[in-house]
Amino acid sequence: MNIEHLYRQVIMEHYKNPKNKGFVADNSYLTIHLNNPSCGDELTVQLKVENHKIIDVKHQGTGCSICCSSASVMSVTLMGKTMDEAMKIIHEFYELIKGDPYDKEILQGDAVVYQGVSQFPARIKCATLAWKAAEQGINKIKEDESNGR
Amino acid sequence: MIDVDRIRKDFPVYSKQPRLTYLDSAASSLKVKSAIDQVDHYYHTLGVNVHRGAYELAYETTLLYEAARKTVADFIHAQEEEIIFTRGTTSSLNMIAGSYRDILKPGDEIITSELEHHSSLLPWMITAKKTGAKLVYIPLTEEGRITVEGFKSVLTDQTKVVAITHASNALGFVTPIEEIAKLAHQKDAIVILDAAQSAPHKALDVKKLDVDFMAFSGHKMFGPSGVGVLFGKKTLLNSIEPFEYGGEMVDEVYKDHATWKDAPLRFEAGTPVISGAIGLAAAIRYIESIGIHNIHEHTEALHQYTLEKLKKIKGITIYNQSAENPVITFNVEGIHPHDIATMLDQDHVDVRAGHHCAQLVNKFLGVNSTLRASFHIYNSYADCDAFLESIVAAKNFFEGF
Repeated sequence: MNIEHLYRQVIMEHYKNPKNKGFVADNSYLTIHLNNPSCGDELTVQLKVENHKIIDVKHQGTGCSICCSSASVMSVTLMGKTMDEAMKIIHEFYELIKGDPYDKEILQGDAVVYQGVSQFPARIKCATLAWKAAEQGINKIKEDESNGR
Repeated sequence: MIDVDRIRKDFPVYSKQPRLTYLDSAASSLKVKSAIDQVDHYYHTLGVNVHRGAYELAYETTLLYEAARKTVADFIHAQEEEIIFTRGTTSSLNMIAGSYRDILKPGDEIITSELEHHSSLLPWMITAKKTGAKLVYIPLTEEGRITVEGFKSVLTDQTKVVAITHASNALGFVTPIEEIAKLAHQKDAIVILDAAQSAPHKALDVKKLDVDFMAFSGHKMFGPSGVGVLFGKKTLLNSIEPFEYGGEMVDEVYKDHATWKDAPLRFEAGTPVISGAIGLAAAIRYIESIGIHNIHEHTEALHQYTLEKLKKIKGITIYNQSAENPVITFNVEGIHPHDIATMLDQDHVDVRAGHHCAQLVNKFLGVNSTLRASFHIYNSYADCDAFLESIVAAKNFFEGF
């Protein structure tokens, strides 16, 4: 375990200056709220989807540097992707976090710096909270679509 | 004076983890060899059930199990019939709150506090919802303490139950329970005390405290996990319904009804945690061999030593400077507790980060999460220094970004 593998400059940069942070009171966004009850972290993620494409992502919450930065990175990574693309990316992110081989064609950008988290099993929940929220949101949107809503 | 080097020889985990700086005893203490050996002894040489068999092994096992009950009873100045072995504090408190679902009525009041561990709060919250009773919170002092004055302000003729902590797991404040119990009894209310955090650190005398029920766990006092104690006054225990039904708690069974044994067996349906009970008794004998007052003196010295030094570090907020139990709850400005805890872990310093199963305490403090360092008999001044150095190093690390 090397602490520098966990707290990378990129991660701390997203923690201090998060991208797409905020909450919008807008019904065209789907809002998902998740807790990490063991540590008190809480996170709200909002998705706006048009024609199967994620055209906006917002996130807001309280948590550790890993959790908050990961929300920022998630928003940047999934922005502009189709829902199917996003689901694939999320899956590869989970593989990366577990320390398993991941598809470098699918998962790119700042998200890959979270590979070091795999050495810190206690922090996996922090790193994945925002991605789990996005995954739930996409599933919900797809479910609603297939139900004709 | 406690000789920590000698004490550590009694805790086998140190031989496997020589660099361990364990400061999370409020969550679970390390386990003492004599307790581990007793659990081992049961599984290796006995392994049979209690109370039932007519053979020698069963008789010997029953003797050990009942001797454990006597050890626990003596430890808290109770009678043997008043000691029920459970799965732990959570289980003990749920059992009592469950039983009072048949007793409480709409309009009755249950007094609790925001200091409670979830296990002392939630069972009563549910009991209140199911019976129509009202859950009433003792107003805390600015610091977060339960006081007699605060208690008096919510005590009414409708008060039927007072369910509170003896020592807060999150803040280490000790409740003035003797006075509170006296006042509660003047209103004929019953008093249930969560002693999970006090049993490992304070001498407990149920006669003196005069509480009606009291719960604590083995794993916080050097004993095995999966075993705990529910103390109940004999007359009360035999007047309430059992919590569970099955073998060994029953007296006579007919096709349409059955009768129950008296306490404690009335409340020990099924095969009990035999190994846990005798392991807990060994842990209690260990505490008694050292002396709970010596333990308190040692941990309090470490507590105050660390507190004084921690206060001098810039950017540290301490939430419980006056705590009686050896617990320091704090935050480091600008750095999330989880990030600090990970850094400390790199130095093998184990502390708790989060809400400590007491979310109302965090809401009271107005924070999402805190760090908690707690001390016990096996801790040394070197542990305190390692902790303090690690905090400074973590601060420097994060301030470097």
